[in-house]
Order: sequence, then structure tokens, then C-alpha cells
Amino acid sequence: MREALAVHNLTHAYGNRLVVDSVSFGVGEGEFFIVIGPNGSGKTTLVKAVSGAIRPKSGDVEILGRPLRNYSRRALARSVALVPQTAPTDVPFTVEEVVLMGRSPHLGLMEIERRRDREIARRAMEFTHVEHLAHRRLDELSHGERQRVLIARAVCQQPRLILLDEPTASLDLAHQLLVMDLMEDLRSREGVSVVMVSHDLNLACLYADRLLLMKQGRVMSVGTPGEVVVFDTLEKTYGCVLLVDENPLKNVPRVTLVPKGLNRVP
Amino acid sequence: MDVAVSRHRPLLRRIFTITLLLGLLLALSALAGLSVGSSGFTVSQVFEILLGGGEVEPTMADIVWRIRLPRVVLAALVGAVLSLGGLVFQALLRNPLAEPYILGISGGAAVGAIIGILMGLARFPGVSLLAFAGSMATVLLVLVISSVGTAMRKDSLILAGVMVNAFCSSVIMFLVSLTQDSRIHNILFWLMGDLSMADAGQIRMLALTLLPCFALILVLSRPMNLLLMGEEMAENMGVNVKVVSVALLVITSFMVSTAVCHSGILGFVGLVMPHLLRLGFGPDHRLLVPASLLGGGAYLIICDLLARSLPAQGEMPVGVITAMIGAPLFIVLLQRSRQ
Repeated sequence: MREALAVHNLTHAYGNRLVVDSVSFGVGEGEFFIVIGPNGSGKTTLVKAVSGAIRPKSGDVEILGRPLRNYSRRALARSVALVPQTAPTDVPFTVEEVVLMGRSPHLGLMEIERRRDREIARRAMEFTHVEHLAHRRLDELSHGERQRVLIARAVCQQPRLILLDEPTASLDLAHQLLVMDLMEDLRSREGVSVVMVSHDLNLACLYADRLLLMKQGRVMSVGTPGEVVVFDTLEKTYGCVLLVDENPLKNVPRVTLVPKGLNRVP
Repeated sequence: MDVAVSRHRPLLRRIFTITLLLGLLLALSALAGLSVGSSGFTVSQVFEILLGGGEVEPTMADIVWRIRLPRVVLAALVGAVLSLGGLVFQALLRNPLAEPYILGISGGAAVGAIIGILMGLARFPGVSLLAFAGSMATVLLVLVISSVGTAMRKDSLILAGVMVNAFCSSVIMFLVSLTQDSRIHNILFWLMGDLSMADAGQIRMLALTLLPCFALILVLSRPMNLLLMGEEMAENMGVNVKVVSVALLVITSFMVSTAVCHSGILGFVGLVMPHLLRLGFGPDHRLLVPASLLGGGAYLIICDLLARSLPAQGEMPVGVITAMIGAPLFIVLLQRSRQ
């Protein structure tokens, strides 16, 4: 399997504070890869380094076998699409206009979207079920709808790798499931690699091929959900008591939070 | 018209239609600007003069060619610059109230220009360069003041602009009060915004300086759209946010300061057209940039026409008209942006 993303010894610091500390991992093409870890463990910085938004202090990032620094900004945009954690809410454009923006890295400086670009945008909107909102303004939509539009924009970019920073945060259950299913579809139908930051361990175990668990900028564990999500490692990483058993739906671990009053472990 | 420019039609056709419509509007207002004045002409007379028909008095031809045409062209250029300036700053700062005058850029340019005039420099390049330095200094000052501490807040940006403007006004008054000669009258009139000093040679120079700026901003119009999606997403769609932002900031400040050298301070012009056009045609800058150029030109020609023809005798500074129209609009926009 060719590697969609390879990270070698990535290190980054804000001032003196080390936020990502010699992180290495690889993501295969068409793989669903989820990064988990407590707040402040460096997940978002990792995504930013991979998307080219920040230049890491040291270490290398390779995308589709080519070093990140050899990519022009536009060439990178044709290979990697990002769904950021926070997006402005006061965007005056319509859903269709926003999704069409995803074509920009494929267009010349003064080139205007053609019929083919509009067709790609329409399919992206259909894919995330927002085509009925095409002519609505982005700032009129609910949070869940807006997230689907931003994913459609990323899909319209036709990337080989899609990065999502906590795409399911503050979404209701149905929307969480929808976003995860969309990514699963994208991966299985188009062979797009998915790298996602998530706080939801159970969703992560159900969807991911492999997980990366981080703490304080370091890699605690990488591997299949069964290898990473084990009681010892989680307790060490999160510093709280968790119950890990098998998910009744699928042969993956299931994590349950244990409130103080119910903690019967001596 | 509603059908032809509907937001859901292909963009290229909309740009074409709207550019054509606003071009027509610009041509009509220019024609009105050439016809109306202390000695009024009919439109057909103006046509004859412009096209070189034989049966017009030479003095009439002189009035149109030497006095009115330069003035109309200057009004069109300055109107285009200020409208485009408003459009760019509104996108760049993500603030509907941003505008060269409100941000203090016009004031800063005026301080630089007055220093140049008092030093007896030529309008080009001496005065223009000082005006550019003044406008760059104020724009940086406003950005620094408003972004200290937290992220840039909408109100704090405007507040910083108003304060920098007030400071610039006091510097200008200080400089004026130190001067004891005839130049004072000129300066005061110029401060209120005045297009009557148009001179054909200078205007040709102005046009040649401005056209490349217009072209550059047109090229950057799609990146301007993407900037509205936030820095992170714009970067991910292939925009070099830093380079594009700095380029837009410098080009726009340069344009505005060059215009200010010729027209004085005209407030609020950058609010009217961009907002009107956005209301009618949506937020796509690939359409708004050419539309602001043409519409802004037409708008200032008409304002100047009013300034020339409303008073029974003489004329008033065109800045009076633009502020009377623009300031109430500013208040409406401020009210709406708070909701």
C-alpha cells in the first residue's frame, strides 16, 4: 500500500512550549486514520503542520511520497483538503458559492468555473445532502448543515487526503453519525485517505482502521483500535478511570466513563 | 434586469451584463456632468463638441474640453478608487464599516500631502509619495491599535480609525495655523474634498498610475472571496494569505493616497457603492470589483454634479454631498452590524 501521508520526527513549539514532540507515523492510501488524545496534546498542531498551515520546527512531512516543502500552495490544495475546527460564521456566500470555492486550486488565476466544475460541486453537495440548501446563505444554516457544507467544499476540491479537525464536536447524534458515514463512503468509494482528530473514542474505534493516541505532544500508541484502546494506556493518557470492554456491534473496544461514585476498583 | 443578473445564473454572463449596465450608467452620468454647469448645454451640443462637429462656438468647446471633461474624469477616477478601496478593506478586515476615510487612511494621506504642499513640492511625485507614506503609516497604526490584546474586534477597528482621524485633523490644523500665506485658502477648500482643480496633464498621470492598481485588484478578486472563508480555509484552497493581504493593503493605500492628492478628503464614498452593489448582486468579488469601479465613478460624478449645481452661486465642496449621503448610511450599517 502506498503511503498517503508519512510523518517523520515532527517537532513543533510555540515559544519554548513543545506542543508536538518527535511524532512519527504513516497513513496508507484509502485508510481511515483517527488521532485521539486529551486536550492540549498537540492534535490540532499536528493537523496544521500536515496541512501546511504552520512550518514545523523540525521533522518531515511527506504527502503521496513527496515532501511537503516541495509542494506549491496550490498543488498541495489539489491533494489535501482541510475541514477546520473553527470556521467563520458570518460568511455572506450561498452554499453553492462556498462549495464551488473548492475548485479554486484547479483553476487558473482569472479562470471562472465551467460547467464541469459546477457539476463536481453539485455532486459534492449531493454527497453531503446539502443540494436542497444550494441557494441559501451559509450564515443562515444550522451548525450541522454548515458542517456538511464545509465537508462538501472539501470534497469538491477532489483531494487524495482529507483532514478533519474535530468535525463531530457539538453536533447532535444523527449528524455525528452522518459525518462519520460520509467519510467512510469517501474512503471506500474514492479511495481518499481520511485523517481525523476526534474526542469521541467510541466513534473512533467503530470507524478507524488505525488510531494514533497522543499525550503532551508525544505518541502514546499507534495501531488498530484493539491495540491502542486498552485500559492501561488510556488511564495513563487521560488520567481518569475508564471501563474498556468489547463493543456489541463490532469486534472493537468500547469505552465507558466511570463516575467517581460508581468506581468499585479498590 | 432581475432575471439577467440573478445570483444563480452563470457567473461570466452576470459579470458581462452587470459591467455593461454600470458602464452605461457611467457614460450617462458623464454626459450629464459635461452638460450641466453655469453655462448649460444640451446633450446634443455636448455630443457635437466631443465628436468634433463644426457648428459650436470655440468658447463652448473650450469649456467642455478644458474645464468639464477633466473634472468629470477626475470625479470618475476618484470615485472608482474610493469605492474599490472600501470594497477591499471591507473584505480584508471582514468589517462592513471599513472604508478609507473611516479607517483614517484619507486623513493620513492628507497630512502627508499638506506637508508636501507646504514644502513647495510638485504634486507628482513629491506630494504623492508623502501622501502614500502618510496613508501607510495610519493604516498600520490603526491595525496595531485595534489588534492589541485580543483578536481584531469590529468596533475597536472603527474606534481606532476615528481617533487616528481626529489626530490627523489636529495635525493638519496645526500645520495650517503655522502658515501665513495664500495657500491656506486652497488647503482648506481641498480638505473638504474638491474636484475643481482638475488639470488635464495631471489627470492623465493619475489615470496611468491607477490603471495597473485596478488590474492587480481584479486579479486578486477570487482570493478576496476565499479570504472571507477565514485564513485557514483560504490557505488550504491555495491562497498565500499573507502575500495577498499585504498586496491588497499596499495597493489600496497607494491608490487612495494618490487620489487624495488630487481630490482632498472625501468621506464615506467607499461605503455607498460596495454596499449597494452587494445588496443587488451578491458578495462575489469577481463581479464586485469591476462593478465598484464603474458604479463608484458614476456615483462621484453625480455627487460632483450636485455640488456644482445646487448652490445658486458658485459651488460647494463635493465632500459636503458625499458626507451627507454617506454618514447616515454608516449609522444604518453600524446598527445592523451590532444585531
